[in-house]
Amino acid sequence: MTTATRHKADAHRPSDQLDGPAKLKMLADMLLIRRFEERTMQAYMQQKIGGFCHIYIGQEACAVGAMAALKADDPIVGAYRDHGLALAKGMDPNAAMAEMFGKVTGCSKGKGGSMHFFDRPHHMYGGHAIVGGQIPLGAGLGFAIQYEKKDNVALCFFGDGALNQGAFHESFNLASIWNLPVIFVLENNSYSMGTHIGRGTAMAEDLQAKAESYGIRYAECDGMDVLSVYDCFAEQVERTRGAENPQHKRGVIPEYARHGRTPGPAFINVRTYRYKGHSMSDPQKYRSKEEVSQFEAADPIQRLVSHLIESNLATQEQIDELDAVAKKTASDAVAFANNSPDLDRSEMFTDVYSNPYGPPFEKGQPIESMRG
Amino acid sequence: MSERKIQYREALREAMTEEMLRDERIFLMGEEVAEYNGAYKVSQGMLEQFGPRRIVDSPISETGFAGLGIGAAMYGLRPIIEFMSWSFCLVAADQIINNAPKILYMSGGQFGVPIVFRGNNGAGGQLGSTHSWSVESMFSSVPGLKLAVPSTPRDAKGLLKTAIRDDDPVFYLESERMLGMGARGDKDFSPYLSGGRWAPPSAEEDDDFTIPFGQANVINPGNDCTIVAAGRPVHFALEAAEALAESSGGGIDCEVIDVRTYRPLDIDTIVASVKKTSYCVVVDQSWPFASVASEVAAQIYERAFDYLDNHVVRVNNDDVPPPYARGLEQEMLPNTRKITEAVRQVTYNA
Repeated sequence: MTTATRHKADAHRPSDQLDGPAKLKMLADMLLIRRFEERTMQAYMQQKIGGFCHIYIGQEACAVGAMAALKADDPIVGAYRDHGLALAKGMDPNAAMAEMFGKVTGCSKGKGGSMHFFDRPHHMYGGHAIVGGQIPLGAGLGFAIQYEKKDNVALCFFGDGALNQGAFHESFNLASIWNLPVIFVLENNSYSMGTHIGRGTAMAEDLQAKAESYGIRYAECDGMDVLSVYDCFAEQVERTRGAENPQHKRGVIPEYARHGRTPGPAFINVRTYRYKGHSMSDPQKYRSKEEVSQFEAADPIQRLVSHLIESNLATQEQIDELDAVAKKTASDAVAFANNSPDLDRSEMFTDVYSNPYGPPFEKGQPIESMRG
Repeated sequence: MSERKIQYREALREAMTEEMLRDERIFLMGEEVAEYNGAYKVSQGMLEQFGPRRIVDSPISETGFAGLGIGAAMYGLRPIIEFMSWSFCLVAADQIINNAPKILYMSGGQFGVPIVFRGNNGAGGQLGSTHSWSVESMFSSVPGLKLAVPSTPRDAKGLLKTAIRDDDPVFYLESERMLGMGARGDKDFSPYLSGGRWAPPSAEEDDDFTIPFGQANVINPGNDCTIVAAGRPVHFALEAAEALAESSGGGIDCEVIDVRTYRPLDIDTIVASVKKTSYCVVVDQSWPFASVASEVAAQIYERAFDYLDNHVVRVNNDDVPPPYARGLEQEMLPNTRKITEAVRQVTYNA
């Protein structure tokens, strides 16, 4: 962030407008993600959860700060580290945990798993497990919003590993030429699995250059500070909402500028850190314990707690109470998942097609549209 | 029957136009579909009619615009994504085979992907190996998608309207070599398609004309040998049937079945025919190893083994990358000569 934009952001911080209950809600959401993920790790070690499992601990401020700046019906799509995104968007923790347990009560009926959380009622268009594969989908959500002339913004989350996929670059180009109402959100935790961003990504310390090369607005924020994240998103979301496609007028050749357009798409670099390994099976040989503890000392939850107490917005007792609620919600989710029924074998063959057809499926089944 | 002279490409355009008039959520996106009027003139005039919001020129970014279409479909739109050639879809493989057909299942039924991917499939004319893909065998093995291979202007229109109305992802395989078929009316077609049987109704005659998926078309009824085909090879098969019917010694009376869609596959119609004829040749324009022809043959063995008087014979592309040289390219295709020989061989008339 340039000095100029930092001062501008500080001058009218949207988070100054947040009242005590709104900030306590942010704390509650971050605590829920932290406690939920602790239970997730425990259940994984007990082999209740299978497959690949990516823990969100450390990055809570990113999901919570970003979602707080959205309207309820603004759609989001993300990568495989999706538990925190889904919970912050409003997913029922029971459905989230049950999904990882492979139960029919899961958010994707036990057919998606940890990396594929979907939640239509909360406009969560999925966690997607092929790195960068969701970025064109995010552009598509923006395209559809614009096509339908809706007043929404799509948020498309990905990690720093996705910066080097072709899908990233193609989607940025499309978002720019059609001025789509989409915000590309980089959850920059410095590691694509075990490879440091500087080893795998050219211009890693100047990602603004990537946005500028497509004429897309750039912003960055401290992902270890939920209020900083919120400030950044509140501003950028409003500068994206209502983006119109200049090429909807025939024959118009758009004008491009390095700083992008307002309203128009944006690229937000959220500098964050994951405390745990890439996945549950990561021995973390590629980074030092000192590096991890340095970030743990700047913990986003502790930071908000300090702010709340120093500002007399909450007492330690209230905060302890919120944490107790989060712990109970997480353990209740495990109990719910444990007690939920396994998928019936018949579920194997459902949801393959919206309108099933002849062999090997039965002919003549009723055709039910997905969007009646 | 219709007296129309309508090209295959015009039939495709009619299908898209009628559906776009019916449903505001439908848009067409692809390389050169708008200002250029379509690289192969399929979308000619559609920009004038529908405007740049609904007829969208995309840059050469198959991953980007195929994936964008999928996201838009999840949100509720009904995209038609044109690949100038199916050969170019391979750079978008992650989007079209890893996202589109799986999201409904992975989301536990919450998000469908009602999208049509369409474009030219198969050898064009001396375009070399990279531009001459036939993708039906490769993609038919993916659950969650539907795959149509229309062989006539009538089927091109009827099946495309069905594809656009379908709530699932449809891979719609056209043929550069067939786009002009129908320009001269009946003269372009086999006697088996005479009397305008190849032409679809106009919007004035029937604006709700569709052909359901999973219903094979018995183009030429016959008693001696079944020939199963789809897309351009249907015409090779009809030529072979004509030659075989006129051959000396009474001729061989072939039943030609156009499967129209490989997913869903109307195996019932094929099996009923094989039970009648006891001989079968399966033709497809992809490569023989693990091909749709292999799949059809396997399903025939599973369902009608005891009715066969010889093994099933497959006629595919030769198992080589498509050559550039004109003579070699024609020879590597599942052409009329190969089908004729296969029918003689399988019926012990070689």
